[in-house]
Amino acid sequence: MSVSNDQVRHIAKLARIAMSDGEIERLGPELNNILGWVEQLGEVNTDGVEPLTAVIDQKLRLRDDVVTEGDIRDEILANAPEPQHGFFAVPKVIE
Amino acid sequence: VSALTSKTIADLRKGFRLGEYSAVEIALGFNEAVSAARILNAFTVETPEDALSCAQAADNARAAGEPGSLAGIPLGIKDLFATRGVDTTAGSRILTGFRPPYESTVTANLRKSGAGMLGKLNMDEFAMGSSNETSAYGPVISPWRRKGSNVGLTPGGSSGGSAAAVAAEIVPGATGTDTGGSIRQPAAFAGICGIKPTYGRCSRWGVVAFASSLDQAGPMAKTVLDCAILLEAMAGFDPKDATSLNLPVPQWEANLSSDLKGKRVGIPKEYRIDSVPTEINALWDRGMEWLMDAGAVPVDISLPHTKYALPTYYIIAPAEASSNLARFDGVRYGLRVGGGVGLDGMYSATRAEGFGAEVKRRIMIGTYVLSAGFYDAYFTKAQKVRALIKQDFRKAFEHCDVILTPTAPSAAFGIGETTDPLAMYLNDVFAVPASLAGLPAMSVPGGLDEQGLPLGLHLIGNEFDEQTVLNAALAIEERAGFTLRPEKWW
Repeated sequence: MSVSNDQVRHIAKLARIAMSDGEIERLGPELNNILGWVEQLGEVNTDGVEPLTAVIDQKLRLRDDVVTEGDIRDEILANAPEPQHGFFAVPKVIE
Repeated sequence: VSALTSKTIADLRKGFRLGEYSAVEIALGFNEAVSAARILNAFTVETPEDALSCAQAADNARAAGEPGSLAGIPLGIKDLFATRGVDTTAGSRILTGFRPPYESTVTANLRKSGAGMLGKLNMDEFAMGSSNETSAYGPVISPWRRKGSNVGLTPGGSSGGSAAAVAAEIVPGATGTDTGGSIRQPAAFAGICGIKPTYGRCSRWGVVAFASSLDQAGPMAKTVLDCAILLEAMAGFDPKDATSLNLPVPQWEANLSSDLKGKRVGIPKEYRIDSVPTEINALWDRGMEWLMDAGAVPVDISLPHTKYALPTYYIIAPAEASSNLARFDGVRYGLRVGGGVGLDGMYSATRAEGFGAEVKRRIMIGTYVLSAGFYDAYFTKAQKVRALIKQDFRKAFEHCDVILTPTAPSAAFGIGETTDPLAMYLNDVFAVPASLAGLPAMSVPGGLDEQGLPLGLHLIGNEFDEQTVLNAALAIEERAGFTLRPEKWW
């Protein structure tokens, strides 16, 4: 299976990474190379094998449903590139 | 003062406790060594004042008679660990200027034990790389050089800054992280020790996430004993990490013993690869002889799915990375680039400028294998093969107690020498299977190759059995007698 430039462009859009046509053209063969290599997994018979989701057997813990920290708005906003009036600001979304 | 920097952590601690020197003297010595070695590019940020204030506190604690297990020891911290108030960038432009208002659990544990911080260590961007060349800060240069050559070599990666700093003796020990070999391969390249514990031993809380089902923190230091001391301080249950192991931390240091009487050492036939240099396979054989000398018996084992480990890893790790790195959106922290149209335009422009080529490549692969129509064929398939790889190890450990292999298929290579992404991925061929299985694994120096560069031996243990890994590594360390340090040229 080979990925076309249009597909690479679509993936870049899904991943929210702006790419020039030149970058798309460079990346296409690289991705195809890597994807072609991982396709060797097709040789492995995995019939009846459960996909591994936890590498070490553990029960997921539950914690009490209580607030454990809070009142740190300014600390959280301190790293925001454009905080405004105590909020994270983003470009206008709704016209 | 400079003689202090060549000591191990165990020796520094002993001398400090006996009052032969103060913690402040130790910190001053390392601070000076750090600033004299800037040409190695091992640090992204230096924090000499942190090392000094912790040293002052350690001296006070000693005077009060209650120094912690790492009192007086200043460490290097990989830039993947969140450190309160100190730039934490994961080697990426997208986290430029990020100063966490919190401290990672692992570094908090180290601080609680009395350790100070010399600075943040350079690394491959988001820990994606095997050579440190993907860092936004430029590559780390290994203190090692080939015999009769001054070509700049990589210290390996992604914990390359940690490996270079320990080898150059500008830190006595460092934290690393290992997703698919990022502690062990650089440790091998730099002639030092490094251990990745069982998945879940060290909390991932406050460690910038790459591939959450694989990421594990661990120590890098000059000796096996130092690794045991550091790991004991770093590990422990943390309710803030959903996959943290709720188990007491074993006394790895107190139980360290190179007596391997009756231990069975598995030699997996699938790790004997023709393209690997003969001196690496010869060192592997010598490693087994050393273990036998310590009382162990060799056992031939088979890990039949070994050849599928790397392709499995290069589906799972990028898939997890593509979701983890979705958080870098120019809104909450780090870089923000305007100019695009609307919110999506801002996201796309920010991520285009903030991420480097290798990170973009992996996000793209991850996005593709998780996308509609391909998820089962790639991601689910990889998770099934991962289950088979885990099963291989489970069966093997019915016949052996620890597994011995080489750490990496080559010694350190030159900066810029490996440009093909796939060729770079092959560096972790021996390291990745243990990562996929969540097993403890360690690299210990075995000797030098004919170019005069260090080679490592790799020990893989069963789940929760770091002790046997450390003990076998100690047996190798005692017999290999590897105490060489790179000749100082910086």
